[in-house]
Amino acid sequence: MMYFQKGDEIMDTEFNDKMPIYLQIMDIIKTDIVTGKLKLKDKLPSVREMASNLKVNPNTLQRSYQELERLGIVFTQRGTGTFVGEGKDMVDDLKKEMAKEVIDSFILRMKSLGFNASEIIKAVSKETMEVKQNG
Amino acid sequence: MDNILESKKVCKSYLNKKALRGVDLNITPGKIVGLLGPNGSGKTTFLKIAAGILHPSKGEILIDGHIPGVYTKSVVSYLPDNEYLLKWMKVRDAVMYFKDFYADFDEKKANELLIFMDLDENSTVKSLSKGMKEKLKLTLVLSRTAKLYILDEPLGGVDPTAREKILNAIVNNFSKDSSMIITTHLVNDIERIFDDVAFISDGEIVLHGNAEELRRDKKKSIDELYREVFK
Repeated sequence: MMYFQKGDEIMDTEFNDKMPIYLQIMDIIKTDIVTGKLKLKDKLPSVREMASNLKVNPNTLQRSYQELERLGIVFTQRGTGTFVGEGKDMVDDLKKEMAKEVIDSFILRMKSLGFNASEIIKAVSKETMEVKQNG
Repeated sequence: MDNILESKKVCKSYLNKKALRGVDLNITPGKIVGLLGPNGSGKTTFLKIAAGILHPSKGEILIDGHIPGVYTKSVVSYLPDNEYLLKWMKVRDAVMYFKDFYADFDEKKANELLIFMDLDENSTVKSLSKGMKEKLKLTLVLSRTAKLYILDEPLGGVDPTAREKILNAIVNNFSKDSSMIITTHLVNDIERIFDDVAFISDGEIVLHGNAEELRRDKKKSIDELYREVFK
């Protein structure tokens, strides 16, 4: 599989320069693993290739790959490259963890708007029902 | 790790004007450092000292462990912010000129870069637009296999498309064994390629750090920090 080709969304990634860029690159890769765009054992582009496509410092990319490796999401094979990790649990865990991040920040914002726990649940279930009905 | 550039309390005075007031800065191998500051802050003076064109009035600068001189000029590839290409030259002549001058000049790399930059080797320097001239100058400087690349305003007066080409050329040609120091006041366009940034104001380094850590700690982009420091 060719990961990120010309015209692919990752090539037009707009970074938010207020946040560390290596974290944003990690998020892109994690999202692509969770959504299945990157499959288990897929090879990631080389640091240099990815850096020049995203127009970021190769050291930044290196840091993203190292952190992902430390978290057990990817692994490096000497001489051949970096690959998406193995095991279905990894993807499930990643999915749960990313969902938790989204929910945590959502709850924080809702609380700052003055919603309490049951009001948040009510609001969410109402919206999810509407989404269901509208397809 | 040994520093590729080590600046210790470097001062420079011109008659009664103090251009640098004790600059301390270290650059380790494999790093791209942004030296950021407004016009007249001392950026160009500092780079000229590192390139061996000016001498410091006080303090010391070491490049790869040596005081600027014949050896350091052989390992430093310097892009000055003024014109140095001769008008009668063709692009090809400029490449040959560099090839004769520098033992570490890689002609194959130069030819690849000329293609990448859409430069015709038969054009005369006189006929080139400002953006094309910048692209040619950068091609020449990046075609050397240096330990330290000093780029003084590589994006100055260049339109956004040429800017993108120049940024790509810098990222693609950067190697782990060398370091770069780049000055600019167009921080927004280039901040993603810096490892470290040093803000220079009135001849002094006022803020220095890893770009990613500054973003994380201040929750601001380098561009925003720049605007805050130099408002």
